[in-house]
Amino acid sequence: MERCFPFQTSVTVYKAYTRVESDANTIARALTAQTAETDAIRFLVGTQSLKFDNQITNEPKRLSSENRVLTCAAVWRMPPEWESGSHESPDDSSNNPQTLELLCHLDNTAHGSVACVLWEPLGDGKRVISLAENHVLLWDLQESSTKATISSTATLEGKGQLKFTAGKWSPHHNSTQLVTANDTAIRGWDLRSMSQIYCIENAHGQLVRDLDFNPNKQYYLASCGDDCKVKFWDVRHINEPVKCLEEHSHWVWSVRYNHSHDQLLLTGSSDSRVILSNMVSISSEPFGHLVDDDDLSDNEENQQEDKGKEPLQDSIIATYEEHEDSVYAVEWSAADPWLFASLSYDGRLVINRVPRALKYRILL
Amino acid sequence: AHLISKAGSVITTTPPDSDPTGRRRVHSMLKLYYGLNEEGTAAEQAESLDPCDINGPHFDPEVYLNKLRKDCSLCELMDHESCMVKQIRSLDSDMQTLVYENYNKFISATDTIRKMKNDFKKMEDEMDCLSANMAAITEFSARISGTLQDQHAQITKLSGVHTLLRKLQFLFELPARLNKCLELQAYAQAVSAHRRARCVLQQYSHMPSFRGIQDDCHVIMEQLAQQLRQKFRDGGSSAKDLSECVELLLQLDEPAEELCDKFLSHAQSRLEADLQGLEAELKDSAFTDTGGGSVQKTSELASKNIPEMANGKLHVFVDTLAARYFSLVERRIQEEKGVGDNSLLVRALDRFHRRLQAITKLLPGSAVPSHGTEIVVRAARERIKQYLSALQTFYHDSLTDVRQALAAPRLAVGGAKLLTSLSNFILNQLKSVLASVHLFTAKDITFSNKPYFKGEFCSQGVREGLVVSFIKFICQSSRQYCESAGDRGGSTPPALLLLLSRLCLDYETSTISYILTLTDEQFLVQHHTPVTPVTALCAEAREAAQKLLNHYVKVQGLIISQMLRKSVETRDWVNTIEPRNVRAVMKRVVEDTTSIDVQVGLLYEEGVRKAHSSDSSKRTFSVYSSSRQQIRYAPSYTPSAPMDTNLLSNIHKLFSERIDIFSPVEFNKVSVLTGIIKISLKTFLECVRIRTFGRYGLQQIQVDCHYLQMYLWRFVSDENLVHFLLDEIVGSAAHRCLDPSPMEQSVIEVICERG
Repeated sequence: MERCFPFQTSVTVYKAYTRVESDANTIARALTAQTAETDAIRFLVGTQSLKFDNQITNEPKRLSSENRVLTCAAVWRMPPEWESGSHESPDDSSNNPQTLELLCHLDNTAHGSVACVLWEPLGDGKRVISLAENHVLLWDLQESSTKATISSTATLEGKGQLKFTAGKWSPHHNSTQLVTANDTAIRGWDLRSMSQIYCIENAHGQLVRDLDFNPNKQYYLASCGDDCKVKFWDVRHINEPVKCLEEHSHWVWSVRYNHSHDQLLLTGSSDSRVILSNMVSISSEPFGHLVDDDDLSDNEENQQEDKGKEPLQDSIIATYEEHEDSVYAVEWSAADPWLFASLSYDGRLVINRVPRALKYRILL
Repeated sequence: AHLISKAGSVITTTPPDSDPTGRRRVHSMLKLYYGLNEEGTAAEQAESLDPCDINGPHFDPEVYLNKLRKDCSLCELMDHESCMVKQIRSLDSDMQTLVYENYNKFISATDTIRKMKNDFKKMEDEMDCLSANMAAITEFSARISGTLQDQHAQITKLSGVHTLLRKLQFLFELPARLNKCLELQAYAQAVSAHRRARCVLQQYSHMPSFRGIQDDCHVIMEQLAQQLRQKFRDGGSSAKDLSECVELLLQLDEPAEELCDKFLSHAQSRLEADLQGLEAELKDSAFTDTGGGSVQKTSELASKNIPEMANGKLHVFVDTLAARYFSLVERRIQEEKGVGDNSLLVRALDRFHRRLQAITKLLPGSAVPSHGTEIVVRAARERIKQYLSALQTFYHDSLTDVRQALAAPRLAVGGAKLLTSLSNFILNQLKSVLASVHLFTAKDITFSNKPYFKGEFCSQGVREGLVVSFIKFICQSSRQYCESAGDRGGSTPPALLLLLSRLCLDYETSTISYILTLTDEQFLVQHHTPVTPVTALCAEAREAAQKLLNHYVKVQGLIISQMLRKSVETRDWVNTIEPRNVRAVMKRVVEDTTSIDVQVGLLYEEGVRKAHSSDSSKRTFSVYSSSRQQIRYAPSYTPSAPMDTNLLSNIHKLFSERIDIFSPVEFNKVSVLTGIIKISLKTFLECVRIRTFGRYGLQQIQVDCHYLQMYLWRFVSDENLVHFLLDEIVGSAAHRCLDPSPMEQSVIEVICERG
């Protein structure tokens, strides 16, 4: 496993947060928000270069390292001064890249290359899932995360060469559900029994590239893929998508719900565009905060009735065309719900804010 | 003569009338009398107002003389005088001749009058003679008529007696005659004879002899009525016999009400039987319209017989029966599902309608005919719906045929031929359907002049319901091909998509307007209600064509993409051997692209491409490889200067336009192929970016890209697009390469040329 490279941070995050560009020539593919950090707005970028030592700044408790070409994954510890939050000047961090402390490898030589690695969304961060070829591996991290052992596995059987392309750990149901994508199908898994609970065959016309759970509606799921579409699913009714967007002109690589306002949806595509949409009709708060949504299933009806009062319609809020190459990852900030970053192949990281007008409209 | 000349001189020298206005009045009155119009003389009068005009009526000799004396010299005066004298003389002689002529005429007139007097005297004598003769004649005639008076009176009396005797004879013979009629069953004769005698017998019933006759007759007629009633009750006889019975019974003072009820009940049972027969026949599905006939006949006869007061009853009767009949007819029509022969149905409906029309004449207030018309209208509507569905199935069938034809390899080339045959098939079918539907509005069909068939049937039924719906159906089903097949792309063969796209485009450009014009002309459509305009349909067709073509590009692009993706993903690029050949998949890509090119070329025009030199592959390739590529890869050896590659590629991107991969295509070959190649190469690029390459892996990519470069430029509108994408692929591969040492350009060329 010689090609198990460490990551390198190559991103400067300015306090202005309007637009940040990578200052390095690296080819970047992975991006994540530092979810445990609630004060500082911080994104982690994974690079894909073969020639240099790649590094990623991270925090051990909330690492989500995704690297599609690496055949193994590892858990890293963030430099202590970042963790403490005492690091005030971002310029310093860019000038002096911090090195991560390698905690342990997820040793999965037996299962092939890793498609993605997922942290347990809630809880104490002791569990990690990795998707390798056609295997789902659930890892337990030992004390201080220095050792990882496989606690359970599941294997996708079927004709042809099946390979996971994406996965997402559901934050609902007490973190017992996982959803994965292989080729054009989306599958749901129960982690307690490690068995498949549902399967949406032909969810997309072509490969499914990414998935995301609605953070507030436990059965709602967004998926995107090579057919340029973004589809919304109610996993209780898997025959038809709830809604379908077709705004991009090439493969959609990434889809993300805003963590607090789930009508805001971010998509990144290899047509070099990032699109921020406002999906009011399938949001958990279709009327702002005016209506209690105790009963999730009633939402659609309520929304039907109150459509007249609701001025916000499903719409594209903005299309960001700052990138000049394929956008492979988009991510909302963990600390500021109105801030998001997108990362393109040429290493450019663009940070944008939700337009102020819309923000006030949602809040007020 | 002297006297006359004197008078002439007087006329010339002195004014003939001292009062000119009075004289003029006389003049004008005379003129009025003779009908001369004033206008003719107006001009003359104007000039004759001059008192110096010697011939004018206003001539004033004093003024004239004064004027002459003032104006003329002595010599002139002398001349004038002599001229005047000459004129006077000539006037005198004229007068003389006139007098002589008139004198002769007076003499002859006197002679004539004298002669006439003699003639009249003779005539008076003759007239006297004539009047005397006339008086004699009158006297004679009076004498003759006086003689003949007695005889005339006798003759009149005799003839009166004769008639009376004949009547009496008739009366006496009546019972025998009635008996005979009864025997011969000539009831009508008997009744009419009895009717004639009845009044007389009634009148003279106080006389015993007549009384006897009357009683006899009564008995016989009673018998007759009995027989008639019997016959009527039997009901076995025909409807005509029945109605005759009713008529006779009515004449025999039977109670009308009772008769009416009985008659109706009889008719009902008869019609009941008819309807049951119809119902039975219904199952045999032979279209008959006898029922209509019987209803009509019955009501015809009934209305003849039954007086006004029974009208209401008749209405109820007819209505109930008609309702049953209609329900039967409707069931029958509904069973008429086959669209084969429309003329039969139209004829049957026409006959049905005609019969009901006849009922209208008999029963003016009845609602039956309007119900009947409604049935016809419903049938026509139903028919249109059936035709539409038949057209739709036909369309599907022909598409299936086309699909099979496309699947057969030997016909793979005949795309254009298939298209024309398909569109001809559809057009012919549509035309034949229109012709069939047109029967509904033919002139000799009675219901064709109903307002529904004139207006709504043509515009809403045929135009909207049939033609427009069919065109919309074509567009919609075409669109469905895009949507349903979107998932895997495999269900619809791409060639069919292409064919349909062209079909829709043809519809947009010509066929739709042709069909609609044809319909409008054939059916003389008057648009009372708003109809779908041609432009909207055309837009729809164009949209469908665009969608189909886009989908075609997507599907074809996807097929090639899948090939490329598989080839990239399944290979171990790190541990590969040195490239000796272009990989087979690239050849396959070029082959497929070429065949697509042929396929599209059969149906779509070439389209415009950006100008390029005659030998693009060589020229641009040298730029691509030597200048740019070398510079790009040279720094890659040394990790110390990584900026250059990025800088260069960024600069390059700065100047190249953003490429929309799945963008809509235009209706021409170049645009279609550009779309397909864009999709394929972008996939190639994305796949390369997530692989890791060894040294030879990179070199293989180089070779492959050069090969694609050599062959693909000719298909696209802007070859720079291909260059850019291929550059990106090689660049990305180099980034992902562990040992990026590119192959010599010359070697690449040799490998590629070798094939």
